[in-house]
Amino acid sequence: MNENVPPIEAIDLHKHFGQLEVLRGIDFTVDAQEVVCVVGPSGSGKSTLLRCVNLLEVPTAGKVLVEGIDMTDPETDVDAVRARIGMVFQQFNLFPHLTVLRNLTIAQQKVLKRSEDEANEEARKVLERVGLSDKVDEFPIRLSGGQQQRVAIARSLSMNPDMMLFDEPTSALDPELVGEVLDVMRGLAQEGMTMMVVTHEMGFARQVGDRVVFMDEGIIVEEGPPDDVLLNPQHERTQRFLQAVLRQ
Amino acid sequence: MKKTTKQKLRRAILYLVFVLAVVLFAVLADWGQIQTSFFNLDVAAEMLPRVFTVAAKNTIVYTFTAFSFGLVLALVLALMKRSEIRPYRWVANSYIELFRGLPALVTIIFVAYGLPIALDIRIPGGLLGQGTVGLGLVAAAYMAETLRAGIEAVPRGQMEAARSLGMSRGAAMRSIVLPQAFRIIIPPLTNELVLLIKDTSLFFVLGSTPVNKELTKFGRDLMTQKFNATPLVVIALVYLIITLPLTRLVAQLEKRAARAR
Repeated sequence: MNENVPPIEAIDLHKHFGQLEVLRGIDFTVDAQEVVCVVGPSGSGKSTLLRCVNLLEVPTAGKVLVEGIDMTDPETDVDAVRARIGMVFQQFNLFPHLTVLRNLTIAQQKVLKRSEDEANEEARKVLERVGLSDKVDEFPIRLSGGQQQRVAIARSLSMNPDMMLFDEPTSALDPELVGEVLDVMRGLAQEGMTMMVVTHEMGFARQVGDRVVFMDEGIIVEEGPPDDVLLNPQHERTQRFLQAVLRQ
Repeated sequence: MKKTTKQKLRRAILYLVFVLAVVLFAVLADWGQIQTSFFNLDVAAEMLPRVFTVAAKNTIVYTFTAFSFGLVLALVLALMKRSEIRPYRWVANSYIELFRGLPALVTIIFVAYGLPIALDIRIPGGLLGQGTVGLGLVAAAYMAETLRAGIEAVPRGQMEAARSLGMSRGAAMRSIVLPQAFRIIIPPLTNELVLLIKDTSLFFVLGSTPVNKELTKFGRDLMTQKFNATPLVVIALVYLIITLPLTRLVAQLEKRAARAR
């Protein structure tokens, strides 16, 4: 892969849902091994931006390039690109009818065409990494929310992705379970994973993020190093948002 | 009169009416006639073992053939109904409305007699072929709606998670969405199976040979032949032996599903 091509690049991205303009011209880049945290009030379009990266939402106008490949080009093999992008959802979205192990192997076998042995070996490796080796044969419903989200992260990692997208990964968790998920994400960041994280965890954004992007009403209001954006915001809108968040 | 006394009196009267009705029926009924006409053991004995080895077996074979054919067709219809292509949705909707609106008997007669007369098309397989195709066409319309509801009951995040791992739409549907949808619709599908068991009785309008009769035709022919209603009572019992465990199973599955929620 060309080192100069950013893993994720959005150019003048627009997304409308009917009359509603959710994204109104976004220019956005994530560089290799960078951790970018996207923050902002709900309805600001941050999740939509994230979902446009792997084309779960199809942009109305503009371009999304993943490793230089234009996702909106009809000729692009979107499935092949998606296999290289890990995605973690707010609601975990584990497959409830499959065991933890099978959750991790099904796409390896069906998409990457790995043998069952290869897939099982990889699955056990990543489960150990997220600290859930003892849960291989459980069904997701028997796990706590934090454990389910760690399995979801492991499911993405088992595909050996080039980058990871996180869509509010801790928002559905009980407060005492947030830490274990953030720890796994922190570990990934330290190992150099390219990450785009939509989050409300300002502490995580400050400690782990290389860059913080603040969005409101479908545009990027301000972005920069976490300490600049979160501690010394330039825009009045950012200041108001952070005050409201910190008051909680 | 006090309110509680009034209530007691009402209950007493209702019980009295019930007891009188039973006594009246027991006195007036011709027990000898009832026994020889409905519970004639000689006639019943003559039905063995063919009521099981031929009639019940055929009923079950017809049911499962129609069910399998209907389920495959229903799956196609359900997926068409969810298609992005408008004409596909239109065809599926029209099919479902048409076959749910017609009596099953009309469809069966159409397949067995209408098609050969009108177009010289003969569904192969005789009674089994024609009856099950007709019944399957009807069952498909009902099961398509059930299946669609099942597919839609699977959270959208399941499809999204599968697609985000690089699975194609078809692969995600096959290995992630449909297995969950089927689990959700096992109770209504079992209900449909029970309805089909009973609907195979409509095959009595089709010509039959001694070896391909299902329960109803078998019982009816014997009733006419013996001029005795016992065969009907026997096949009624056989139907219940088949359907009651299934309806009990549905009730249990529904209870379990309600608990899991």
